[in-house]
Amino acid sequence: MGKAPKKRSLADKVRKTKTSSEIKNNPFEVKINRKKFDILGRKTKHDVGLPGVSRSKAINKRKETLLKEYKQKNKSNKFIDRRFGEYDTKMAPDDKILQRFAMERQRVHDKKDVYNLNEEEELTHYGQSLAEIEKFNDISWYIIFLSHLAELTASHFGGGGGLLRRKTAGEQQQEDEGSQRAKSRQELIEELIQKSKQEKRERQVQREEAQELTEKLDQEWKSIQTLMVKKTPKAEHGDKKEEKPKLDEYDMMVRELGFEMKAQPSEKMKTPEELAREEREKLQKLEADRLRRMMGDEVGGSAQSQTHLSADDLNDGFILDRDDKKTLSYHVRDKEESGVEEEDGDEDNAEEEEGGSTEEDEDGHSDLDSEQESEDEDRIQENKETNAKPQKSKEEMKAQQEAAKAELPYTFTVPETFNDLKDLLHGHTPDNQRLIVARTQKCNHPSLGVGNKLKLQVQYIIETVWLSVGVHWRTAHTVSTEKLYALCQMFPEAACNVMQNVLRDAGHSVEEVLEVKGHAAFPTLDMLIYLKVTALLFPTSDFRHPVTTPALLYISQALTKCPVRSLQDVMAALVLCCLAVEYVSISKRFLPELINFLAGTLHLAVQDKTSLGYSVVPPFRPTGRNSNLLVLSDSESCKSWSKKSLPLSATQHLELKNDTDRDNHRLMCLFTCLDLVKRCCLLYKDLPSFPHIFQPIRMLLSKHLLAQTLPEPLQELHGEILEVIRSAPVTHRLLVFDKKKPIPLKLLTPKIVEVLDYGKKRGSTREERERERLKHKHKKEFKGALREIRKDTRFLAREKLNEVMNRDAERKRKVKELFGSLATQEGEWKALKRKKRK
Amino acid sequence: MMAPAKKRNVSSVKSTQINVKTAKIDLSCKVESILKSRKHANDVFDILEFLQSEKEKDVVSAVSVCSKLFCTLLERKELFMGKLLGEEEALSGKCSAEEKYRIFMRHRYNSCVEMLLEHLSHEGYSVKESALCCLMKFAAAEGQHPLEDLDWSEHYSFPRELIQAVVERLLSKSTDNSLLISRFQEFLEMEDVRYYVMSSIRENVGKVMDKSKGAVVPIYQNNLFTLMSSISMPSQESELSNFMVKQEAKHEDWKAAKLNEHKRVFERMWLGFLKYKLPSSMYKKVLVILHESILPHMSKPTLMIDFLTAAYEVGGAISLLALNGLFVLIHQHNLDYPDFYKKLYNLLDPSIFHVKYRARFFYLANLFLSSSHLPVYLVAAFAKRLARLALTAPPSALLVVLPFIYNLIRRHPSCRVLIHKPNTDGEPVEDLYVMDEEDPAQCRALESSLWEIKTLQKHYYPDVAKAAMLINTPLSEQEDDISEMLEITTYELMERDLKQTQNKSIPLEFETATQLLKGGGDVLGQHFCLN
Repeated sequence: MGKAPKKRSLADKVRKTKTSSEIKNNPFEVKINRKKFDILGRKTKHDVGLPGVSRSKAINKRKETLLKEYKQKNKSNKFIDRRFGEYDTKMAPDDKILQRFAMERQRVHDKKDVYNLNEEEELTHYGQSLAEIEKFNDISWYIIFLSHLAELTASHFGGGGGLLRRKTAGEQQQEDEGSQRAKSRQELIEELIQKSKQEKRERQVQREEAQELTEKLDQEWKSIQTLMVKKTPKAEHGDKKEEKPKLDEYDMMVRELGFEMKAQPSEKMKTPEELAREEREKLQKLEADRLRRMMGDEVGGSAQSQTHLSADDLNDGFILDRDDKKTLSYHVRDKEESGVEEEDGDEDNAEEEEGGSTEEDEDGHSDLDSEQESEDEDRIQENKETNAKPQKSKEEMKAQQEAAKAELPYTFTVPETFNDLKDLLHGHTPDNQRLIVARTQKCNHPSLGVGNKLKLQVQYIIETVWLSVGVHWRTAHTVSTEKLYALCQMFPEAACNVMQNVLRDAGHSVEEVLEVKGHAAFPTLDMLIYLKVTALLFPTSDFRHPVTTPALLYISQALTKCPVRSLQDVMAALVLCCLAVEYVSISKRFLPELINFLAGTLHLAVQDKTSLGYSVVPPFRPTGRNSNLLVLSDSESCKSWSKKSLPLSATQHLELKNDTDRDNHRLMCLFTCLDLVKRCCLLYKDLPSFPHIFQPIRMLLSKHLLAQTLPEPLQELHGEILEVIRSAPVTHRLLVFDKKKPIPLKLLTPKIVEVLDYGKKRGSTREERERERLKHKHKKEFKGALREIRKDTRFLAREKLNEVMNRDAERKRKVKELFGSLATQEGEWKALKRKKRK
Repeated sequence: MMAPAKKRNVSSVKSTQINVKTAKIDLSCKVESILKSRKHANDVFDILEFLQSEKEKDVVSAVSVCSKLFCTLLERKELFMGKLLGEEEALSGKCSAEEKYRIFMRHRYNSCVEMLLEHLSHEGYSVKESALCCLMKFAAAEGQHPLEDLDWSEHYSFPRELIQAVVERLLSKSTDNSLLISRFQEFLEMEDVRYYVMSSIRENVGKVMDKSKGAVVPIYQNNLFTLMSSISMPSQESELSNFMVKQEAKHEDWKAAKLNEHKRVFERMWLGFLKYKLPSSMYKKVLVILHESILPHMSKPTLMIDFLTAAYEVGGAISLLALNGLFVLIHQHNLDYPDFYKKLYNLLDPSIFHVKYRARFFYLANLFLSSSHLPVYLVAAFAKRLARLALTAPPSALLVVLPFIYNLIRRHPSCRVLIHKPNTDGEPVEDLYVMDEEDPAQCRALESSLWEIKTLQKHYYPDVAKAAMLINTPLSEQEDDISEMLEITTYELMERDLKQTQNKSIPLEFETATQLLKGGGDVLGQHFCLN
């Protein structure tokens, strides 16, 4: 029984001594697992096994773990090694040692250095802190240090040195000092005080001396520096010392270079052709934008090009993303200056706009009064001018203008109210007025200071109002139009808001009148001007625009709901029609109200209103009061008529003294009307329903308003219109839906099953498969564990048996020993007895 | 009867000069004294004198005093009941003093009523109003304490004569009484008053119109209409609860307490009114309220057929309005109207987009054309005609018309050829539709296409253009709801656009503006100058 373990241990010993290759090649160690079938392409891991090796491995492992546990069983004390990583088998021993070392260092590390961020240890030289040495408090130490350093380098790079000797000398000194300290306490303290005072003094002296010395050294060094260039590092400590100023110089240079403005590539001067080309490209881009908006495509990015660029713009395309939404370049600038200011400004804007509109309202009421006044003023002014003009030659005028220019101050404060503006501009010639306005604008440019933007917005609002008066104030309109345009480019939102408010108010008032009476009066002159300004400031061709679309609707409202009752109404209506034509002239969009209205206006001129071949659309009536407004009272007046522009003020009050005047006016209206009809014909020529749209006008012109009754220019227009209508194509293709892209057939992707090996369950879901796999694994592990447990118990049993056997053997040996000793004792006793007997 | 009063009047011109306040105190004192003892009975004349004063204030105070006096007398039954004899006769007769007093007072009462009725056509509104109120108080009092003998059991106590007289005065031929009539409306809430007012109106109309031989009497008819339209009929029998006069017995049998009787009288009143020729504005007014406040309260609405068909034939706005009534009749009363759709078709002309009743018309037209049993040619004709007319319509109307046409095509899929006719070889064809043809069957709409909508794709208002774009692709199955758009106005469209401007940058004109009249094709500048 006792033999087997012995044998095994022997085998183990043998195996240990053998190398693995030897074992593998030993046919007695190797066990070949026989395979039932040879399967191509399958890699087998376990075709060869080394049962002996694995068994001994297992036994060893058990010895280390299980056996130890077994031995510790029922023992309350145990030895645990708490060193770092002691039980961590995964860690390499080197790592373990390193870690332990690091931890040791950390533990030792001084606690006061907790807040020391750069955890560098203090470097020392013979126990003296290097940092302190570098402060040059103690020149002697410094010198010692440097000489050591020199020697060290020398010894490293050839040549020996008296390092050791010197060192000992230094140490000796220290030791001497130490020996003196063995004295009584009192003495010691006194000595200490005295010493410290002395030291202090000495240190001071030393420092001075050192300073002198270093300076001297510096100077000397400089004088010999040139000679030292080729010298070996054996050179004196002066070398090291001199490095400092040198570095400084270099640093200075570097810094200087760093701080110096970097040279920027300047932009190439552009040739006129290039400039022209850029301009053209910009315009083309704007035009393309406009067209896109006209087609009604939704604007993708709001980073639409703003047309206005300041002179200071770097043109580097720098725009803050945050501001992209609603700013012009000026806004960007403001933001750059300070964000807070901008916010304030925005708030103020809102307030200002509110305030502005109320102000406007007030002004709107006062318009009526001031119009009259300003007219009077105009007349006086005009008279003066007309009187003055012929007397002056051109040169004189020029000279005078220049003089006036020179007289004008260069800065102006922004007028806060309408009256301020009036005062500001009063008494200047139109040119000067323009200059004043331009200067005001420039010196109050939004980029120049806080609040200027705000002021300018106020100005904008004021000017909008002013414009409505300015019509009468003839000299001013050119100035204000240009300026309005510029301001609008600067503040599109403010401009938009102002215009929208104007339109909203106007539309609302018309609506209110409509609800009560069912019809309304034509818009007043200022409203007409507003509409015109809208067209000037905002693109009329956009598919949808926050200002121009409502403006068009307002025109439509006026043209459908305002009955024509007098010649003044006809005038206002014609202005509206002109505006309507302007609004749609680029986009060529269809405005039915316009055609209706023009047909109605022409109907006013038809003499015989029986048996009409067409129908007039409200607000016109086939017959009745005011339906003969444009019928000539005297057919002879055709001959005396000549074309001239109609004054805009005629929409407000019209003074016609006699019948000929009235007839002339009527003919003028007719002329305008016919011209507008012609323009409309040309605009709408391509519409499929063109003949039907113009059918009433064609009937009217060809049957009722005959060319013979009209003066020459009108006859021409008459003929042209009929010609255009006649030449329009009558035939069209029948409507079909737009061709759609055929919808592709629904493609069914084939179902792909992942694994195609037989024998295994297929078609189950992923979860099921996973479950299956886990089950299998569990079973395997379970079996393995069982086997292990069995092996463990077997091992333990064996160990126990061993123990028992050992114990038994021991006992036997002891018993034998005892028996032996007893036997010898017995023998000796017997021998003694025999001797006695003898 | 007026003679003594007038005499007194002349003799006491001075007394009317005294100031009003004292006069009023004076009058109320007098009333008290009259009521206190019969000695002062002659003071009644003074009061009646005041009633004829020129000053409005005097009259008003006199009226209030009168109402107090005679109401009390009526309550006390101190007025003579039954058939009244002439004054002289009665005084000379051999009645008792008591009887004589009552006859005397009754005569004064009668003259007072007479004067009040006169005052109903006074210029001052306050006088008219107080007179009216006073008369109605009398009527109430009389109803409570009838002046007639009630021996005749079938007779219900109600001051019919008085009401009749009031109505007669209200329906003046020369002055517009609309204010007074609106005041009178308050009394019309009472069931019995309404009933008798209606019957007296009917009698009155017959009388007046026969006299004028059927010619139009605008002011009278206007008053009449105001009065008639202010009658609000109860819809249920149980609502009949508010009576001016309570009938002691046989209240249930009283005609004024029956809804059917009310309806009958109401119907007769209106028919009597509509029988005669009306001014055209009146036609419109009647037609506007017809379907809502007249037809439901008639016992036999079909009696209105004649009137409605006549109105439908008139053409224009009147026809549009008649549609509503006709619709009720066709829908609820099985009216069979020949050529209804043909007439509807002919109603379509450019003005329908501009008249006030546009919303109503399209609402009804939508209902009429919602039937899926209509022939294709008819629907196509409607669609094509509407499309053609859309060429003259304002945007607010276009936003209704376009979905309307689409709905027609959706309901009648065979009309799809109007917007999609693929089997032709792409050759241009003329529009074969005949706009002037009155018969939808002959207008050849089906051979045409809706090019008009194609034209409207270039409309200036973006929403219209978008709506018109829909014909480029097959229409969706879902019908558009046009009810929301029916009432929309141009201003509301404007508002919508003005509100839409949040958080988008505003595109600006890039062509620099130099002069006010320049730019934009320079149309304005060519024809107009600034001075």
